[in-house]
Amino acid sequence: MASLVGSRVERKEDKRFLTGKGRYTADINLVNQTYAIFVRSPHARASIKKLNIDKALKSSGVVSILTGKEIADEKIGGLIAGWAIRSEDGTEMKCPGNPPLAKDNVNFVGDPVAVVIAESLAEAKEAAEKVEVDYKVLKAVTSTADAMNGDTIHEGIDKNLCFDWLLGDRQKVKDAFDKADKVISIDIINNRLIPNAMEPRACVADYNAASEEITLYTTSQNPHLSRLIMSAFGNVAPEHKLRVVAPDVGGGFGSKINVYNEDIVCSWAAKKINRAIKWVAERSESFLTDIHGRDHVTHAELAVTKDGKFLGFKNETIANLGAYARVFGTVTPTYLFGPCATGVYEIPAAYTNVKAVYTNTAPVDAYRGAGRPEATYTIERLVEKASMELGIDKTELRIKNFPTAFPFKQTLVHTVDSGDYVAGMEKAKQMADYKGFEARRKESEGKGKLRGIGVTSYFEACGIAPSAAVMSLGCGVGLWESAEVRFNPTGQVTVYTGSHSHGQSHQTTFAQIAADELGVPIENIDVVHGDTDKGTFGMGTYGSRSLAVGGIAIVNACKKIVEKGKRVTAKMLEANPEDVEFKDGEFIVSKSNKKKTIGEVAFACYLPGVRDEMKSPLPEGDEPGLKETSFYDPSNFSFPAGTHIAEVEIDPETGHVKLEKYTACDDFGRIINPMVVEGQVHGGLAQGIGQALYENAEYDETGQLMTGSYMDYTMPRADNFPEFNIGYTCTHATTNPLGVKGCGEAGAIAAPPTVMNAVIDALGGQEVTMPATAEKVWKACKNLKKSNVKAA
Amino acid sequence: MKDFNYHSAKDSKEASKLASSSSAFLAGGMTTIPSMKLGLATYKDLIDIKNIKKLSGIKVSGKSVTIGAATKHVEVSNSKDVKKAIPSLSSLAEGIGDPQVRNRGTIGGSIANNDPSADYPSACIALNATIHTNERKIEAAKFFKGMFETALKKGELIEAIEFQIPEKSSYQKHPNPASRYAIVGVYVAKHKGDVNVAVTGAKSCVYNDKEMSKALSGNFSSSSIDGMDLDSSEMNTDMHASAEFRASLVVTQAKKAVDAC
Repeated sequence: MASLVGSRVERKEDKRFLTGKGRYTADINLVNQTYAIFVRSPHARASIKKLNIDKALKSSGVVSILTGKEIADEKIGGLIAGWAIRSEDGTEMKCPGNPPLAKDNVNFVGDPVAVVIAESLAEAKEAAEKVEVDYKVLKAVTSTADAMNGDTIHEGIDKNLCFDWLLGDRQKVKDAFDKADKVISIDIINNRLIPNAMEPRACVADYNAASEEITLYTTSQNPHLSRLIMSAFGNVAPEHKLRVVAPDVGGGFGSKINVYNEDIVCSWAAKKINRAIKWVAERSESFLTDIHGRDHVTHAELAVTKDGKFLGFKNETIANLGAYARVFGTVTPTYLFGPCATGVYEIPAAYTNVKAVYTNTAPVDAYRGAGRPEATYTIERLVEKASMELGIDKTELRIKNFPTAFPFKQTLVHTVDSGDYVAGMEKAKQMADYKGFEARRKESEGKGKLRGIGVTSYFEACGIAPSAAVMSLGCGVGLWESAEVRFNPTGQVTVYTGSHSHGQSHQTTFAQIAADELGVPIENIDVVHGDTDKGTFGMGTYGSRSLAVGGIAIVNACKKIVEKGKRVTAKMLEANPEDVEFKDGEFIVSKSNKKKTIGEVAFACYLPGVRDEMKSPLPEGDEPGLKETSFYDPSNFSFPAGTHIAEVEIDPETGHVKLEKYTACDDFGRIINPMVVEGQVHGGLAQGIGQALYENAEYDETGQLMTGSYMDYTMPRADNFPEFNIGYTCTHATTNPLGVKGCGEAGAIAAPPTVMNAVIDALGGQEVTMPATAEKVWKACKNLKKSNVKAA
Repeated sequence: MKDFNYHSAKDSKEASKLASSSSAFLAGGMTTIPSMKLGLATYKDLIDIKNIKKLSGIKVSGKSVTIGAATKHVEVSNSKDVKKAIPSLSSLAEGIGDPQVRNRGTIGGSIANNDPSADYPSACIALNATIHTNERKIEAAKFFKGMFETALKKGELIEAIEFQIPEKSSYQKHPNPASRYAIVGVYVAKHKGDVNVAVTGAKSCVYNDKEMSKALSGNFSSSSIDGMDLDSSEMNTDMHASAEFRASLVVTQAKKAVDAC
């Protein structure tokens, strides 16, 4: 039987999605349901003097109006940060309370203060307009760089500082810098982004008075985790009385990891009114209240010798958390950022210091890449600048500092098990025709255009993560994953996974894995996810963990099935279990022609007996049925890596940046389905290039979101991109049985510095911030002209 | 969105009769509907004019191209007649919004709305258009009064726009990367006597740049406007472009347009 792993199996999901039969949360309508509209703060920072719902209550169709007072009275818990970070001075991080409905203070535009529940959406909207809130508007803090100098947002949190965290050794770094021939330094901003999943957030909450169970349908990347948080911290219902279902989910990119205010409020309120409640975000609510991403201000330095060896690295970053610390809000700018900031290089001494600050903006949390794009941007912009200042070719300088052997013990935390960075670089150069660039630059010059080339070599730590390691660093949960593989008596297989697919194609790729492991045709395998009533538990999908953690749990559960199958076969065929081999769906007794198919074994496990004989196929100690569970805890992160090369052409008259070529050469380890991987790479690149050239979330000084719609927030479109040139090198991960590493975030991690390095190369080394908009580039072109005139 | 009455008029007369101080004509609804959904506009009556046959269609004579007010952008961009008579008008229509907008939005709706960043008003100015309403004919130069303001009176309905066929013309847009409206759009048209340089996006309302028109009427070459330093004091500044950048873009796009003629 040919292996399905590695082949371009068509997506099982496509038929339903392409024929409009996907079932998203907003498609779910329950009998007698009501509609919720949230009354939100129009101010970035204010205290609530008075909230009057009398008029609104009289509005037609209103069923109930609930406010922060009821939430507080009933001790319905707030939203939490899932990772405790300790400051350099040993103090614990400082987190404000974050009630699902604000009672006394609002801290960003969109912070909800009340929910209006009515018979129809129109009536809910109309009544919401009649809720009177008397705010005392306070001065907002919006700037990342200046947040520590602003008014105190949360009582008792001085300088708006959540923590001041250090990873690394300052003294070692100082010594390294003392020995340096040259210090390269850079000041950069990692611009704030809005995730913009195609499907806006939504939830439908239902209460069954008979079973006293709440069911919440919601747009989540991790329904079990949501249930845990809502139960343990939200006090909504005990876990066994709360079912969370995340059906088809249309993109998440990290924005749907969090439990949101609306999930808690609707679940709690559905029980109160004993009716189902539906809430669907409008796009403007998504802009305002979905978690945002990135938003760092960084000063970094690299100490080098004159021949280009890296000696030391410093990274001083201010990270904006927004108004509150959320689930991955505190780990994203620390353990997902600092350890990766030294990149793919051997740097003997390094430290990363992060000051995480609160501002009156939407909460910032994990967004595709989460910390690793920020890390890669820092080191790769710095290395590119070093190459310019040292006059060493950008690819040679990188190769000079690559590790020479694996496992590669990184400066700060990670031990990278496998990789071949030189091979990736060489292949990328070849794919991009790096050698031919100077000729292309001249050709562009002939047309009055500026051409630049940019390189990034990256690695990332994904497949999160070994539980003991992350919990020792402050994580509130273990990051294992579970799988259950269940045979039916007639031989089909259902795989329950704790991973969640919101675009990742698990129904196909996980089925490919199970098909190979069990020798069952892929059409006889269903992958089920997204429902806390189905499957044991799950930590969900983020951090490129589904395959490297969730996929391995499936493999391990399948292996347990095979082990039982061997024992059963041995009993049935009167052989020793050690003599039974399993191959392509058949259990064969070695050195004989005796065998059983896995279907026959499954059948026997469920119907363990034969007519006219007192005989069981089950060996002593084995129970009937064929179902196995695995909880897989990885022994290490996985470390995809690669080199990307971009070429841009700039029109100095308009500042327009045209991305001419983009080459991505990645090492994702073993690839399960190349077609799915290409899709992931394309999507990641689109978001990464979007950050570099187009996307930017901008608040004014009063805390109003200036980019609150697609009229002003530039989502990249297909015509902004060239045909992507994609290739791979492959070194297998040594820490998991499939040898896989993960591919979901790589594009978003590598693309921003790759594109910006190209833009800055074209601009003669002049810094421009992301996104490199036409006006910024036009101004830089004017400066270039001036300096050229001077030079002449 | 608040409740409203929907009417579908069968001819201009009925449409005009239904109009009141709290009504709006509905063509493609590309601005009206979102404004209502966002609560920025409320109307008691929406009078749909899409089904008025007389308002759709394209006629080309030796001297002019006349386009019915309810003609969709996609119909203009796909029209072989328009492509032949005024190719720049066809390509302007092709560059409006996205396919969804082009398949619903209409030329009459665009100019009646007179968004300062819309594309069509520049075509009207550059191509010496005459706006035919159910009451009168208005010269384009007198039609566009200010930001979202036109010479239309309440109940007055645009029926068609008549464009003069130029000797040469080109429209060059520097689009807002997000909305793809014009940050600056310049429509250059060389007629027998003179050259029009209609600019959209740069100021609060579309205008004919006299300085460039004069220079190009004397010598129709991009070199005659190269390096021209336009006064930016009345130009728009927003997060996507400063007045200074817009002033520079007006010249750049005008040069591109002349070179493309």
